[in-house]
Amino acid sequence: MTEMSYLDGNMLDGPMRELFTVDLSSAMGRCENCGMTGSMASLHVYSNAPGLVARCPSCEQVMLRLVRGPDRAWLDMRGTTFLQVPMPMEQPFPGPL
Amino acid sequence: MATSKPPRTANRWQVARLVERRVETRTAQTLVLEVPDWPGHLPGQHVDLRLTAPDGYQAARSYSIAGPVVDGPGGPRVEVTVQRVHDGEVSPYLIDVFGDGDPLEVRGPLGGWFIWRPEETAPVQLVAGGSGIVPLMAMIRARRAAGSKVPFRLIYSVRTPSDVIYADELRRRVRDDFGLDIAYVYTREAPEGWRGEPHRIGLADVNTHGWPPDLQPLTYVCGPTAFVETVADLLVGLGHPSRQVKTERFGPTG
Repeated sequence: MTEMSYLDGNMLDGPMRELFTVDLSSAMGRCENCGMTGSMASLHVYSNAPGLVARCPSCEQVMLRLVRGPDRAWLDMRGTTFLQVPMPMEQPFPGPL
Repeated sequence: MATSKPPRTANRWQVARLVERRVETRTAQTLVLEVPDWPGHLPGQHVDLRLTAPDGYQAARSYSIAGPVVDGPGGPRVEVTVQRVHDGEVSPYLIDVFGDGDPLEVRGPLGGWFIWRPEETAPVQLVAGGSGIVPLMAMIRARRAAGSKVPFRLIYSVRTPSDVIYADELRRRVRDDFGLDIAYVYTREAPEGWRGEPHRIGLADVNTHGWPPDLQPLTYVCGPTAFVETVADLLVGLGHPSRQVKTERFGPTG
């Protein structure tokens, strides 16, 4: 193979659901490098690595790395400035706990 | 029941069993899995399937769900269509070895992005490359099941006529599902009497058989990475906003 092929961020949902209770593939994230904001589902995911590497579709900056070991997981998101996660309309104003 | 069930979350692996198998093409089969604790799903979502070898080695792959959940005597049934990937690790096993009643693990439903909700009112265009038809077929089936009148257009690119997955059902649905149009693109061999030469999908196909951007359609493109890339670029070039063009790629593993 001359070029490494990638998948898209849709496939992150299963692996990320092991860590989070919400679907992160429909979350919006901003790339720390180029500032583009888009859905996590649109990231380019390279799975032919010891873990999953997700890159910005615009500038190819690594936005997320996820490595799963038998008894632990490593999540590196230093390439992502923020994640905006859709939430159910349960509590319009966050109140004190 | 004395024991309380664990919460129905998509992150739990649960054991499913094969209850039926349908041959779709030479290289694709639909596996009907009985999944006892299935919470329901939306068209376009996928599942992860995991196989465990006797030595403990595990392999997991994502597969699109092919249609609405079906109630069976032993519980909910979920259908996935598996395309054999040459030299793949999981798909040849599922097609050749995996047998009736055999267990495997399922996690899902997964994915909240590449989904179509039957209450949507915008026209829909679907563009499939090869087995990329599977999640789009789930949308076509859900549309009929929900009695939706939303107009659907499907452009389906295949190598040859015998590679069309769900061929009979698509023929029937074009006749019976009012408001569903289908155009085929053949890349290697076209059927007898076909006008034009086999070709890879191009601007003319998308322009002629899709919806114009003025109608603000929802677009779903699914297929191999290069196919999805090509089609998404064509659509954005025609003026479809990129956020309205949802894509799902699948890669060389399988």
